[in-house]
Amino acid sequence: MSVRRLAEIQPASFAFTPENAAWCDKQIAKYPEHRQASAILSLLWRAQKQHDYWLPKPAIEDVARRLSMPYIRVLEVATFYTMFNLEPVGKYFIQMCGTTPCVLAGSDDIKAVLEKRVGPQRHVTADGLFSWLEVECLGACCNAPMVQINDDYYEDLSAENFNTLLDDLAAGRPVTIGSQTGRRTSEPAGGLTSLLSLYGVDGKSGPECGTHDPNKHYTPTEPEAPKDVTATQEPAPAQPAQARSEQEAKHSVAQPEKTEETGTARTEPSAPKDKA
Amino acid sequence: MLDDKDRIFTNLYGFGDWGLDGARQRGAWDGTKGLVEKGREWIINEMKASGLRGRGGAGFPTGLKWSFMPKPDPLRPSYLVVNADESEPGTCKDREIMRNDPHLLIEGCLLACVAMQAHACYIYIRGEYILEKERLEAAVEQCYEANLVGKSNVHGWPFDIYIHHGAGAYICGEETALLESLEGKKGMPRLKPPFPANMGLYGCPTTVNNVESIAVAPTILRRGAAWFAGFGAKNNAGTKLFCISGHVNTRCNVEEAMSIPFRELIERHCGGIRGGWDNLLGVIPGGSSVPVVPAHEIIDAAMDFDTLRNLKSGLGTAAVIVMDKSTDIIAAIARISYFYKHESCGQCTPCREGTGWMWRVMSRMVEGRAQRREIDMLLEVTTQIEGHTICALGDAAAWPIQGLIRHFRPEIEKRIDQYAANPHSEPVRDFGIAAE
Repeated sequence: MSVRRLAEIQPASFAFTPENAAWCDKQIAKYPEHRQASAILSLLWRAQKQHDYWLPKPAIEDVARRLSMPYIRVLEVATFYTMFNLEPVGKYFIQMCGTTPCVLAGSDDIKAVLEKRVGPQRHVTADGLFSWLEVECLGACCNAPMVQINDDYYEDLSAENFNTLLDDLAAGRPVTIGSQTGRRTSEPAGGLTSLLSLYGVDGKSGPECGTHDPNKHYTPTEPEAPKDVTATQEPAPAQPAQARSEQEAKHSVAQPEKTEETGTARTEPSAPKDKA
Repeated sequence: MLDDKDRIFTNLYGFGDWGLDGARQRGAWDGTKGLVEKGREWIINEMKASGLRGRGGAGFPTGLKWSFMPKPDPLRPSYLVVNADESEPGTCKDREIMRNDPHLLIEGCLLACVAMQAHACYIYIRGEYILEKERLEAAVEQCYEANLVGKSNVHGWPFDIYIHHGAGAYICGEETALLESLEGKKGMPRLKPPFPANMGLYGCPTTVNNVESIAVAPTILRRGAAWFAGFGAKNNAGTKLFCISGHVNTRCNVEEAMSIPFRELIERHCGGIRGGWDNLLGVIPGGSSVPVVPAHEIIDAAMDFDTLRNLKSGLGTAAVIVMDKSTDIIAAIARISYFYKHESCGQCTPCREGTGWMWRVMSRMVEGRAQRREIDMLLEVTTQIEGHTICALGDAAAWPIQGLIRHFRPEIEKRIDQYAANPHSEPVRDFGIAAE
């Protein structure tokens, strides 16, 4: 368990953009009638994404209203699930896997790079570009050590290629998602040992070979449009970065426990039972 | 060695096309209507005969699980929920299925729904898998467009499939916690009984299956139970995805026949142990929850449920974490203890308090800053957590430590003696993890 509280400094208001609001309605429609609470994680996700990858209190309140749930039920969910960032993060939010399989593969080197370049965990750099957190197993153990930066996995890291990756991100240069050593996914490095008859030793010479990129994002609205990290995320304008570092300065002073109690009871289903 | 023609996941590494056309070319969605028409009884019997045991860790027979679903009741619809919350440390197989062979999973969902007379399926995918979620959503969209799924699809079984995205909680891999999370609550496991087959999602009959268990079903039904049962030792049938991480020369995911000897698995697919076989210290054969097995016991062991259980460990999710002699085994297990401390949902006292307590003792033992008698005390505490919690996370937190003490006790004692001979006053090392 970890103690997670809302940030001390909160924006005055939050409102979903019309597109995101429509998206939220579509998510709610995935679940049976009166079960709209099921969409809570999707809505919080979208709110976080819209709000620079962290979840402010007004967004939690907005989601509660949208789902007709008591605020406390949404707050307890937002504080329970660790992927909801409750305080500002860098433009490139780095989650470093530090669980045993990654440690065995050398994640301590990656951690040393982060400590040197970015500083302590949860600290946002002065330019607003980076912050990092050690997280638990991200499920890419055959490509350890690895980090997740915003939405994407970067795998097969070493201190050297990780430094290059961070340099490229900071400079706004395009980067490769996935393996940084040229592996396609989790195949054995240096040649396939299975599925040879379909793809050849190098994965490129068999009858079944396709041309698609396994690390390409798929966006339903604009099919086939490659979404590359640098293309969608312009370098941060100076204004927010400055505001962020001011916020951060205040953060580092103290973090008083100003938030409401999350409570321990977990009863009272928010939706009516659909008993016959 | 398993032939390529007998492999189910023929696009495991993503060299082929993940989309519908590519999947069809590799054999997915072939004759599905015929399988649907053979009906519930046939599917369940075939799955039982195939000997498939659940691939999520517990190894419960899948066909039997499906047969537990009650007769359909219009007021309480049945649900299939697919557990794609893959977060057991060491495990990364479902990710490859979802991003490279998503159509096998979707087809499996349809067939499983026929078997349990359900018309709706939710796939609960872990929050970190964003690309995989997009890929799966795209594949589902392709299926709707081709009318392979939907209210009036070509297979004649009304069936809707939805993707539900989680938000980062290991505990949601426990089936009842997953259902709580799917209902929009904190992922805290429920007491059983009632079991999900009677009272699951929204109080309705529900079956929760692992991604791999569902994704192998279409191929089993197409090729016949006898084909699948032909691999592996008795009672451990089939092919299995192994995720090999740690100190091997080439870490990889690979599909192999069950009961493949450990040495053959590593030699064939992973280029051997780093530094040679003499350099092997121990192996965690089934994800972080199962106890470590020392080198001399694992080298010639068959990788299957029963053999590994007899070694007082388990196959779990077949996430093989290999450790060579450069490993600080105490620190490796202490890091796993931290994992369980971090992921305990906090509902049951033995687990909430015990996982933190065990981690603190373990982090002292990494340095040797402990008394020899504390080893037995630690062992005693693990037995007080094991079996005293609602879900198996308490057990999973206890087992790695029990395995460590069982096999590496001299190592712990040596370190305690070393520290006692050379004590120092710096504070206990905290692995750099932020205090909580």
